Amino acid sequence: MSAVTVDQVAEAMFQLVKETHGKKSLKATDLTKAMAEKFGSECTKDVCKLAIRQLMDSGRCIYSYFGGSYITLPPETP
Amino acid sequence: MSEKKRETPLLDELEKGPWPSFVKELKKEAARPMVQDLLGQLERSYEEKVGHWKHGGLVGVMGYGGGVIGRYSDLGEEFPACAEFHTMRINQPAGWFYTSTALRTIADIWDRHGSGVTNMHGSTGDIILLGTKTQELEPTFAELTEHGFDLGGSGSDMRTPSACVGPARCEWACYDTLGAVYDFTMQFQDELHRPAFPYKYKLKFAGCPNDCVASVARSDMSFIGTWRDEIQVDQEQVKAYAASGAIDVQKDVCDRCPTRCMSWDGKTLAIDDVNCVKCMHCINAMPRALAPGNDRGAAILIGAKAPIVGGALLSSVFVPFIKMEPPYEEIKELIGRIWDIWSEHGKNRERVGEFIQRIGLGNFLEQIGLDPVPEMIVAPRANPYIFYQDDVFAQPGEEA
Ligand code: SF4
Ligand code: SF4
Repeated sequence: MSAVTVDQVAEAMFQLVKETHGKKSLKATDLTKAMAEKFGSECTKDVCKLAIRQLMDSGRCIYSYFGGSYITLPPETP
Repeated sequence: MSEKKRETPLLDELEKGPWPSFVKELKKEAARPMVQDLLGQLERSYEEKVGHWKHGGLVGVMGYGGGVIGRYSDLGEEFPACAEFHTMRINQPAGWFYTSTALRTIADIWDRHGSGVTNMHGSTGDIILLGTKTQELEPTFAELTEHGFDLGGSGSDMRTPSACVGPARCEWACYDTLGAVYDFTMQFQDELHRPAFPYKYKLKFAGCPNDCVASVARSDMSFIGTWRDEIQVDQEQVKAYAASGAIDVQKDVCDRCPTRCMSWDGKTLAIDDVNCVKCMHCINAMPRALAPGNDRGAAILIGAKAPIVGGALLSSVFVPFIKMEPPYEEIKELIGRIWDIWSEHGKNRERVGEFIQRIGLGNFLEQIGLDPVPEMIVAPRANPYIFYQDDVFAQPGEEA
Protein backbone atom coordinates (compact mmCIF):
# COMPACT_ATOMS: atom_id res chain seq x y z
CA MET A 1 0.00 0.00 0.00
CA SER A 2 1.24 3.46 -0.87
CA ALA A 3 2.40 5.50 2.12
CA VAL A 4 1.38 8.74 0.46
CA THR A 5 -2.31 9.21 -0.20
CA VAL A 6 -4.04 10.70 -3.22
CA ASP A 7 -5.49 13.41 -0.93
CA GLN A 8 -2.04 14.41 0.30
CA VAL A 9 -0.64 14.59 -3.21
CA ALA A 10 -3.66 16.53 -4.49
CA GLU A 11 -3.25 19.04 -1.65
CA ALA A 12 0.49 19.42 -2.32
CA MET A 13 -0.17 19.87 -6.03
CA PHE A 14 -2.83 22.47 -5.32
CA GLN A 15 -0.45 24.43 -3.07
CA LEU A 16 2.21 24.37 -5.79
CA VAL A 17 -0.24 25.59 -8.43
CA LYS A 18 -1.35 28.35 -6.06
CA GLU A 19 2.19 29.44 -5.19
CA THR A 20 3.27 29.64 -8.81
CA HIS A 21 0.02 31.13 -10.12
CA GLY A 22 0.73 34.08 -12.41
CA LYS A 23 4.45 33.38 -12.31
CA LYS A 24 4.92 30.01 -13.92
CA SER A 25 2.64 27.76 -15.93
CA LEU A 26 2.72 24.13 -14.84
CA LYS A 27 1.90 21.08 -16.92
CA ALA A 28 0.79 17.74 -15.51
CA THR A 29 4.34 16.38 -15.91
CA ASP A 30 5.79 19.33 -13.95
CA LEU A 31 3.45 18.53 -11.06
CA THR A 32 4.23 14.81 -11.26
CA LYS A 33 7.97 15.46 -11.18
CA ALA A 34 7.61 17.90 -8.27
CA MET A 35 5.59 15.37 -6.29
CA ALA A 36 8.15 12.63 -6.90
CA GLU A 37 10.78 14.96 -5.49
CA LYS A 38 8.65 15.87 -2.49
CA PHE A 39 7.29 12.46 -1.54
CA GLY A 40 9.88 10.11 -3.04
CA SER A 41 9.36 6.97 -5.06
CA GLU A 42 6.15 5.99 -3.28
CA CYS A 43 4.43 8.85 -5.05
CA THR A 44 3.86 6.96 -8.28
CA LYS A 45 2.61 8.32 -11.58
CA ASP A 46 -0.71 6.59 -10.98
CA VAL A 47 -1.15 8.35 -7.63
CA CYS A 48 -0.35 11.65 -9.35
CA LYS A 49 -2.90 10.91 -12.08
CA LEU A 50 -5.59 10.29 -9.47
CA ALA A 51 -4.60 13.44 -7.60
CA ILE A 52 -4.90 15.54 -10.76
CA ARG A 53 -8.25 13.95 -11.49
CA GLN A 54 -9.41 14.84 -7.98
CA LEU A 55 -8.30 18.46 -8.43
CA MET A 56 -10.17 18.68 -11.73
CA ASP A 57 -13.34 16.91 -10.66
CA SER A 58 -13.59 19.05 -7.54
CA GLY A 59 -13.09 22.23 -9.56
CA ARG A 60 -10.11 23.35 -7.43
CA CYS A 61 -8.00 23.43 -10.59
CA ILE A 62 -8.80 23.71 -14.26
CA TYR A 63 -6.92 23.20 -17.49
CA SER A 64 -5.84 26.10 -19.65
CA TYR A 65 -4.55 26.00 -23.19
CA PHE A 66 -1.87 28.39 -24.34
CA GLY A 67 0.06 26.52 -27.00
CA GLY A 68 0.00 23.53 -24.62
CA SER A 69 -2.25 22.26 -21.84
CA TYR A 70 -1.49 23.63 -18.38
CA ILE A 71 -3.00 23.17 -14.93
CA THR A 72 -4.09 26.37 -13.27
CA LEU A 73 -6.56 27.92 -10.83
CA PRO A 74 -10.11 28.76 -11.87
CA PRO A 75 -10.55 32.48 -12.61
CA GLU A 76 -12.50 33.25 -9.41
CA THR A 77 -9.91 31.74 -7.01
CA PRO A 78 -8.38 34.52 -4.88
CA MET B 1 -26.74 40.79 -33.04
CA SER B 2 -26.29 42.05 -36.55
CA GLU B 3 -29.06 44.26 -37.80
CA LYS B 4 -28.94 43.70 -41.49
CA LYS B 5 -27.76 41.04 -43.84
CA ARG B 6 -24.14 41.64 -44.70
CA GLU B 7 -22.85 41.76 -48.24
CA THR B 8 -20.28 39.03 -48.89
CA PRO B 9 -19.04 39.49 -52.47
CA LEU B 10 -15.81 37.55 -51.95
CA LEU B 11 -17.47 34.62 -50.23
CA ASP B 12 -20.12 34.60 -52.95
CA GLU B 13 -17.39 33.59 -55.39
CA LEU B 14 -17.10 30.34 -53.47
CA GLU B 15 -20.69 29.46 -54.34
CA LYS B 16 -19.94 29.36 -58.05
CA GLY B 17 -19.16 26.14 -59.82
CA PRO B 18 -20.62 22.66 -59.54
CA TRP B 19 -18.87 21.57 -56.34
CA PRO B 20 -20.28 21.71 -52.81
CA SER B 21 -19.81 25.04 -51.12
CA PHE B 22 -19.54 25.64 -47.38
CA VAL B 23 -20.63 29.22 -48.03
CA LYS B 24 -23.85 27.98 -49.62
CA GLU B 25 -24.49 25.77 -46.60
CA LEU B 26 -23.72 28.52 -44.10
CA LYS B 27 -26.05 30.92 -45.91
CA LYS B 28 -28.91 28.47 -45.44
CA GLU B 29 -28.46 29.04 -41.71
CA ALA B 30 -27.84 32.79 -41.97
CA ALA B 31 -31.05 33.59 -40.12
CA ARG B 32 -29.07 32.70 -37.01
CA PRO B 33 -27.18 35.77 -35.79
CA MET B 34 -24.14 33.64 -34.96
CA VAL B 35 -23.90 32.34 -38.52
CA GLN B 36 -24.57 35.72 -40.06
CA ASP B 37 -21.74 37.26 -38.04
CA LEU B 38 -19.55 34.33 -38.89
CA LEU B 39 -20.06 35.03 -42.60
CA GLY B 40 -19.40 38.71 -41.99
CA GLN B 41 -16.15 38.06 -40.18
CA LEU B 42 -15.05 35.57 -42.80
CA GLU B 43 -15.67 38.13 -45.55
CA ARG B 44 -13.47 40.55 -43.61
CA SER B 45 -10.74 37.92 -43.39
CA TYR B 46 -10.90 37.42 -47.16
CA GLU B 47 -10.75 41.18 -47.72
CA GLU B 48 -7.82 41.69 -45.39
CA LYS B 49 -6.15 38.30 -45.86
CA VAL B 50 -5.96 38.06 -42.08
CA GLY B 51 -7.54 35.52 -39.74
CA HIS B 52 -9.53 37.03 -36.89
CA TRP B 53 -9.72 34.09 -34.49
CA LYS B 54 -7.76 33.80 -31.26
CA HIS B 55 -7.80 30.37 -29.72
CA GLY B 56 -7.09 28.73 -26.39
CA GLY B 57 -7.69 30.15 -22.94
CA LEU B 58 -9.58 28.74 -20.00
CA VAL B 59 -12.74 27.32 -21.52
CA GLY B 60 -13.74 23.70 -20.98
CA VAL B 61 -16.11 21.54 -19.03
CA MET B 62 -15.64 20.56 -15.41
CA GLY B 63 -13.07 17.81 -14.92
CA TYR B 64 -11.89 17.68 -18.54
CA GLY B 65 -8.87 19.30 -20.16
CA GLY B 66 -9.77 18.30 -23.71
CA GLY B 67 -12.73 18.38 -26.06
CA VAL B 68 -13.36 22.12 -26.12
CA ILE B 69 -11.32 24.52 -28.20
CA GLY B 70 -11.77 28.07 -27.02
CA ARG B 71 -12.21 30.44 -29.93
CA TYR B 72 -12.69 34.19 -29.75
CA SER B 73 -13.11 36.82 -32.40
CA ASP B 74 -10.76 39.80 -32.27
CA LEU B 75 -13.57 41.75 -33.97
CA GLY B 76 -16.07 41.00 -31.20
CA GLU B 77 -17.57 44.47 -31.21
CA GLU B 78 -18.27 44.36 -34.88
CA PHE B 79 -19.45 40.73 -34.90
CA PRO B 80 -20.84 40.26 -31.39
CA ALA B 81 -22.84 37.10 -32.10
CA CYS B 82 -19.63 35.21 -32.82
CA ALA B 83 -17.40 37.02 -30.32
CA GLU B 84 -17.22 33.65 -28.57
CA PHE B 85 -17.28 30.79 -31.05
CA HIS B 86 -15.95 27.74 -29.23
CA THR B 87 -15.60 24.35 -30.88
CA MET B 88 -16.69 21.14 -29.17
CA ARG B 89 -15.19 17.84 -30.26
CA ILE B 90 -17.39 14.83 -29.66
CA ASN B 91 -15.98 11.31 -29.65
CA GLN B 92 -17.35 9.67 -32.78
CA PRO B 93 -18.67 6.10 -32.73
CA ALA B 94 -16.20 3.44 -33.92
CA GLY B 95 -16.08 3.44 -37.72
CA TRP B 96 -18.51 6.40 -37.84
CA PHE B 97 -21.68 4.35 -37.77
CA TYR B 98 -24.79 6.21 -36.58
CA THR B 99 -28.46 5.58 -36.37
CA SER B 100 -30.54 8.39 -37.83
CA THR B 101 -31.89 8.96 -34.30
CA ALA B 102 -28.37 9.52 -32.98
CA LEU B 103 -27.67 12.07 -35.72
CA ARG B 104 -30.95 13.89 -35.01
CA THR B 105 -30.15 13.91 -31.30
CA ILE B 106 -26.77 15.55 -31.86
CA ALA B 107 -28.24 18.04 -34.32
CA ASP B 108 -31.07 18.99 -31.95
CA ILE B 109 -28.69 19.50 -29.03
CA TRP B 110 -26.51 21.71 -31.19
CA ASP B 111 -29.49 23.69 -32.49
CA ARG B 112 -30.44 24.45 -28.90
CA HIS B 113 -26.99 25.29 -27.57
CA GLY B 114 -24.77 26.29 -30.47
CA SER B 115 -24.61 27.72 -33.95
CA GLY B 116 -26.13 24.63 -35.58
CA VAL B 117 -23.03 24.35 -37.73
CA THR B 118 -21.13 21.07 -37.66
CA ASN B 119 -18.20 19.46 -39.40
CA MET B 120 -18.59 15.74 -39.87
CA HIS B 121 -15.83 14.81 -39.24
CA GLY B 122 -12.65 16.54 -38.11
CA SER B 123 -9.25 15.28 -39.24
CA THR B 124 -8.85 13.31 -36.03
CA GLY B 125 -12.26 11.78 -36.61
CA ASP B 126 -14.42 13.56 -34.05
CA ILE B 127 -17.86 15.02 -34.61
CA ILE B 128 -17.06 18.73 -34.67
CA LEU B 129 -19.64 21.15 -33.31
CA LEU B 130 -18.63 24.62 -34.43
CA GLY B 131 -19.49 27.72 -32.48
CA THR B 132 -20.98 28.20 -29.05
CA LYS B 133 -20.65 30.53 -26.11
CA THR B 134 -18.87 29.73 -22.84
CA GLN B 135 -22.14 29.62 -20.88
CA GLU B 136 -23.50 26.93 -23.22
CA LEU B 137 -20.61 24.48 -22.80
CA GLU B 138 -21.77 22.73 -19.63
CA PRO B 139 -25.44 22.43 -20.69
CA THR B 140 -24.36 21.01 -24.07
CA PHE B 141 -22.03 18.55 -22.39
CA ALA B 142 -24.76 17.50 -19.94
CA GLU B 143 -27.21 16.79 -22.75
CA LEU B 144 -24.65 14.95 -24.83
CA THR B 145 -23.62 12.67 -21.96
CA GLU B 146 -27.28 12.03 -21.14
CA HIS B 147 -27.53 10.51 -24.62
CA GLY B 148 -24.35 8.48 -24.32
CA PHE B 149 -21.90 10.80 -26.08
CA ASP B 150 -18.64 12.02 -24.62
CA LEU B 151 -16.12 14.68 -25.54
CA GLY B 152 -13.05 13.77 -27.56
CA GLY B 153 -9.50 14.98 -27.13
CA SER B 154 -7.74 18.29 -27.73
CA GLY B 155 -4.62 19.99 -26.47
CA SER B 156 -1.70 17.95 -25.15
CA ASP B 157 -3.62 14.73 -24.69
CA MET B 158 -4.34 11.46 -26.43
CA ARG B 159 -6.58 12.54 -29.27
CA THR B 160 -9.77 10.67 -30.01
CA PRO B 161 -8.66 7.36 -31.54
CA SER B 162 -10.25 6.52 -34.87
CA ALA B 163 -10.69 3.44 -37.02
CA CYS B 164 -11.73 2.48 -40.53
CA VAL B 165 -15.02 0.62 -40.94
CA GLY B 166 -13.00 -2.58 -40.84
CA PRO B 167 -14.78 -5.92 -40.60
CA ALA B 168 -18.18 -4.23 -40.38
CA ARG B 169 -18.15 -3.56 -44.11
CA CYS B 170 -14.79 -4.44 -45.56
CA GLU B 171 -13.51 -7.85 -46.52
CA TRP B 172 -9.86 -6.73 -46.37
CA ALA B 173 -9.87 -6.07 -42.64
CA CYS B 174 -7.04 -8.04 -41.06
CA TYR B 175 -8.27 -7.39 -37.53
CA ASP B 176 -11.26 -5.96 -35.70
CA THR B 177 -10.53 -2.25 -36.02
CA LEU B 178 -13.83 -1.31 -34.37
CA GLY B 179 -13.22 -3.53 -31.37
CA ALA B 180 -9.67 -2.22 -31.03
CA VAL B 181 -10.58 1.46 -31.25
CA TYR B 182 -13.29 1.01 -28.63
CA ASP B 183 -10.99 -0.92 -26.31
CA PHE B 184 -8.12 1.57 -26.51
CA THR B 185 -10.45 4.55 -26.16
CA MET B 186 -11.95 3.10 -22.97
CA GLN B 187 -8.58 2.01 -21.59
CA PHE B 188 -7.05 5.46 -21.99
CA GLN B 189 -9.92 7.67 -20.81
CA ASP B 190 -7.63 9.49 -18.41
CA GLU B 191 -5.12 10.31 -21.14
CA LEU B 192 -7.98 11.40 -23.43
CA HIS B 193 -9.62 13.79 -21.01
CA ARG B 194 -6.74 14.99 -18.84
CA PRO B 195 -3.82 16.28 -20.94
CA ALA B 196 -0.48 15.15 -19.56
CA PHE B 197 1.78 14.92 -22.61
CA PRO B 198 4.23 17.32 -24.27
CA TYR B 199 1.79 17.51 -27.20
CA LYS B 200 -0.97 15.58 -28.94
CA TYR B 201 -0.81 11.81 -29.49
CA LYS B 202 -3.03 10.22 -32.12
CA LEU B 203 -3.89 6.55 -32.50
CA LYS B 204 -5.45 5.32 -35.72
CA PHE B 205 -6.57 1.83 -36.62
CA ALA B 206 -6.60 0.78 -40.28
CA GLY B 207 -7.73 -2.73 -41.13
CA CYS B 208 -5.32 -3.21 -44.03
CA PRO B 209 -2.51 -1.38 -45.86
CA ASN B 210 -5.05 0.59 -47.94
CA ASP B 211 -5.09 2.71 -44.76
CA CYS B 212 -8.45 4.42 -45.27
CA VAL B 213 -7.90 6.48 -42.10
CA ALA B 214 -4.65 7.94 -43.49
CA SER B 215 -2.86 6.80 -40.36
CA VAL B 216 0.52 6.77 -42.06
CA ALA B 217 0.29 10.53 -42.56
CA ARG B 218 -1.81 11.59 -39.60
CA SER B 219 -1.18 9.55 -36.50
CA ASP B 220 1.58 9.29 -33.96
CA MET B 221 0.81 5.59 -33.75
CA SER B 222 -0.75 3.62 -36.61
CA PHE B 223 -2.08 0.08 -36.39
CA ILE B 224 -2.21 -1.12 -39.97
CA GLY B 225 -3.68 -4.52 -40.65
CA THR B 226 -1.39 -6.95 -42.47
CA TRP B 227 -0.66 -10.67 -42.83
CA ARG B 228 2.44 -12.82 -42.70
CA ASP B 229 1.51 -15.86 -44.76
CA GLU B 230 0.68 -16.04 -48.46
CA ILE B 231 -1.80 -13.94 -50.39
CA GLN B 232 -4.84 -16.10 -51.14
CA VAL B 233 -5.13 -16.67 -54.88
CA ASP B 234 -8.12 -18.05 -56.77
CA GLN B 235 -6.50 -18.98 -60.08
CA GLU B 236 -9.86 -19.47 -61.84
CA GLN B 237 -10.85 -15.92 -60.97
CA VAL B 238 -7.47 -14.62 -62.18
CA LYS B 239 -8.14 -16.30 -65.50
CA ALA B 240 -11.64 -14.84 -65.57
CA TYR B 241 -10.17 -11.32 -65.09
CA ALA B 242 -7.72 -11.99 -67.92
CA ALA B 243 -10.44 -13.35 -70.19
CA SER B 244 -12.77 -10.44 -69.51
CA GLY B 245 -10.27 -8.01 -70.99
CA ALA B 246 -11.07 -5.56 -68.20
CA ILE B 247 -7.58 -5.91 -66.85
CA ASP B 248 -4.21 -6.84 -68.34
CA VAL B 249 -2.82 -9.13 -65.64
CA GLN B 250 0.78 -8.68 -66.78
CA LYS B 251 0.71 -4.95 -67.39
CA ASP B 252 -1.77 -3.74 -64.79
CA VAL B 253 -0.96 -6.14 -61.98
CA CYS B 254 2.45 -7.82 -62.22
CA ASP B 255 4.33 -4.88 -63.73
CA ARG B 256 2.95 -2.57 -61.08
CA CYS B 257 3.91 -4.73 -58.13
CA PRO B 258 6.50 -2.55 -56.34
CA THR B 259 8.82 -5.49 -55.66
CA ARG B 260 8.12 -7.31 -58.96
CA CYS B 261 7.40 -10.45 -57.00
CA MET B 262 4.54 -11.63 -59.23
CA SER B 263 4.57 -13.48 -62.52
CA TRP B 264 1.85 -14.50 -64.98
CA ASP B 265 2.25 -17.05 -67.74
CA GLY B 266 -1.25 -16.67 -69.11
CA LYS B 267 -2.56 -19.54 -66.96
CA THR B 268 -1.15 -19.22 -63.47
CA LEU B 269 -0.38 -16.22 -61.29
CA ALA B 270 2.65 -16.92 -59.11
CA ILE B 271 3.60 -14.77 -56.13
CA ASP B 272 6.92 -14.88 -54.36
CA ASP B 273 5.34 -13.99 -51.01
CA VAL B 274 8.64 -13.56 -49.18
CA ASN B 275 9.22 -10.46 -51.28
CA CYS B 276 5.67 -9.14 -51.09
CA VAL B 277 5.58 -5.87 -49.16
CA LYS B 278 1.79 -6.03 -48.65
CA CYS B 279 1.07 -2.92 -50.67
CA MET B 280 -2.45 -4.17 -51.59
CA HIS B 281 -2.08 -3.16 -55.25
CA CYS B 282 -2.76 -6.60 -56.73
CA ILE B 283 -5.61 -7.28 -54.30
CA ASN B 284 -7.25 -3.95 -55.11
CA ALA B 285 -6.84 -4.61 -58.83
CA MET B 286 -8.38 -8.12 -58.73
CA PRO B 287 -10.54 -8.27 -55.61
CA ARG B 288 -12.44 -11.37 -56.70
CA ALA B 289 -9.21 -13.29 -57.29
CA LEU B 290 -6.89 -12.24 -54.49
CA ALA B 291 -7.21 -11.68 -50.76
CA PRO B 292 -4.90 -11.08 -47.82
CA GLY B 293 -3.50 -14.23 -46.20
CA ASN B 294 -5.08 -15.98 -43.24
CA ASP B 295 -2.40 -15.32 -40.60
CA ARG B 296 -3.50 -11.77 -39.92
CA GLY B 297 -2.53 -9.06 -37.47
CA ALA B 298 -1.14 -5.54 -37.71
CA ALA B 299 2.05 -3.59 -38.18
CA ILE B 300 2.57 -0.78 -35.69
CA LEU B 301 4.06 2.39 -37.12
CA ILE B 302 5.12 5.45 -35.20
CA GLY B 303 5.77 9.13 -35.65
CA ALA B 304 3.52 10.72 -38.30
CA LYS B 305 2.28 14.26 -38.08
CA ALA B 306 0.88 16.95 -40.33
CA PRO B 307 3.03 20.07 -40.63
CA ILE B 308 2.59 22.60 -37.87
CA VAL B 309 5.80 23.12 -35.97
CA GLY B 310 8.57 21.28 -37.82
CA GLY B 311 7.21 19.98 -41.15
CA ALA B 312 5.31 16.83 -42.07
CA LEU B 313 6.46 13.36 -41.09
CA LEU B 314 5.20 10.00 -42.28
CA SER B 315 5.19 7.21 -39.77
CA SER B 316 7.69 4.38 -39.99
CA VAL B 317 7.56 0.74 -38.99
CA PHE B 318 8.05 0.06 -35.32
CA VAL B 319 6.61 -3.42 -34.80
CA PRO B 320 6.45 -5.30 -38.13
CA PHE B 321 3.77 -7.74 -37.05
CA ILE B 322 1.67 -8.33 -33.97
CA LYS B 323 -1.53 -10.25 -33.42
CA MET B 324 -4.35 -7.81 -32.67
CA GLU B 325 -6.27 -9.69 -30.04
CA PRO B 326 -8.01 -8.38 -26.94
CA PRO B 327 -7.06 -7.44 -24.31
CA TYR B 328 -4.03 -6.07 -26.26
CA GLU B 329 -1.91 -6.09 -23.06
CA GLU B 330 1.46 -6.14 -24.83
CA ILE B 331 0.52 -3.14 -26.98
CA LYS B 332 -0.87 -1.17 -24.06
CA GLU B 333 2.34 -1.75 -22.11
CA LEU B 334 4.37 -0.58 -25.09
CA ILE B 335 2.26 2.57 -25.38
CA GLY B 336 2.71 3.21 -21.65
CA ARG B 337 6.50 2.96 -21.97
CA ILE B 338 6.50 5.34 -24.96
CA TRP B 339 4.35 7.87 -23.11
CA ASP B 340 6.57 7.67 -20.01
CA ILE B 341 9.79 8.47 -21.83
CA TRP B 342 8.27 11.08 -24.12
CA SER B 343 6.43 12.81 -21.24
CA GLU B 344 9.59 12.86 -19.18
CA HIS B 345 11.97 14.20 -21.83
CA GLY B 346 9.84 15.64 -24.66
CA LYS B 347 9.81 19.40 -25.19
CA ASN B 348 6.59 21.37 -25.17
CA ARG B 349 4.77 20.87 -28.50
CA GLU B 350 7.18 18.16 -29.62
CA ARG B 351 5.38 15.24 -31.27
CA VAL B 352 6.71 11.77 -30.55
CA GLY B 353 8.11 11.47 -34.11
CA GLU B 354 10.11 14.66 -33.64
CA PHE B 355 11.24 13.46 -30.23
CA ILE B 356 12.55 10.21 -31.76
CA GLN B 357 14.39 12.19 -34.45
CA ARG B 358 15.96 14.41 -31.78
CA ILE B 359 17.17 11.69 -29.42
CA GLY B 360 17.79 9.05 -32.11
CA LEU B 361 15.84 5.86 -32.76
CA GLY B 362 18.55 3.73 -31.10
CA ASN B 363 18.30 5.63 -27.82
CA PHE B 364 14.53 5.63 -27.97
CA LEU B 365 14.37 1.86 -28.50
CA GLU B 366 16.78 1.29 -25.66
CA GLN B 367 14.67 3.42 -23.33
CA ILE B 368 11.45 1.64 -24.12
CA GLY B 369 13.05 -1.81 -24.18
CA LEU B 370 12.33 -2.73 -27.79
CA ASP B 371 14.89 -4.59 -29.92
CA PRO B 372 15.83 -3.05 -33.28
CA VAL B 373 14.70 -5.03 -36.33
CA PRO B 374 15.55 -4.54 -40.01
CA GLU B 375 12.00 -3.45 -40.88
CA MET B 376 12.60 -0.25 -38.89
CA ILE B 377 15.12 0.97 -41.45
CA VAL B 378 13.50 3.68 -43.54
CA ALA B 379 16.34 3.98 -46.08
CA PRO B 380 19.83 2.51 -46.43
CA ARG B 381 22.50 4.54 -44.67
CA ALA B 382 24.31 6.91 -47.05
CA ASN B 383 27.13 7.78 -44.66
CA PRO B 384 30.22 5.68 -45.51
CA TYR B 385 32.06 6.50 -42.29
CA ILE B 386 30.87 3.50 -40.34
CA PHE B 387 33.27 1.05 -38.84
CA TYR B 388 32.24 -2.43 -37.88
CA GLN B 389 34.11 -4.86 -35.74
CA ASP B 390 35.32 -7.63 -38.08
CA ASP B 391 33.82 -10.40 -35.98
CA VAL B 392 30.32 -8.98 -36.41
CA PHE B 393 30.40 -9.65 -40.13
CA ALA B 394 32.35 -12.85 -40.42
CA GLN B 395 32.41 -14.36 -43.93
CA PRO B 396 30.80 -17.76 -44.54
CA GLY B 397 33.14 -20.44 -43.29
CA GLU B 398 34.89 -18.02 -40.92
CA GLU B 399 34.33 -18.02 -37.20
CA ALA B 400 32.20 -15.18 -35.93
S1 SF4 C 1 -8.26 0.35 -44.42
FE1 SF4 C 1 -8.50 -1.66 -45.45
S2 SF4 C 1 -9.86 -2.79 -44.07
FE2 SF4 C 1 -10.09 -0.63 -43.55
S3 SF4 C 1 -11.82 0.07 -44.80
FE3 SF4 C 1 -9.96 0.54 -45.94
S4 SF4 C 1 -9.70 -1.20 -47.32
FE4 SF4 C 1 -11.10 -1.87 -45.70
S1 SF4 D 1 0.52 -6.90 -52.34
FE1 SF4 D 1 1.81 -5.48 -53.48
S2 SF4 D 1 3.89 -6.24 -53.10
FE2 SF4 D 1 2.49 -7.90 -52.56
S3 SF4 D 1 2.32 -9.13 -54.42
FE3 SF4 D 1 0.61 -7.67 -54.44
S4 SF4 D 1 1.39 -5.93 -55.64
FE4 SF4 D 1 3.17 -7.16 -55.04
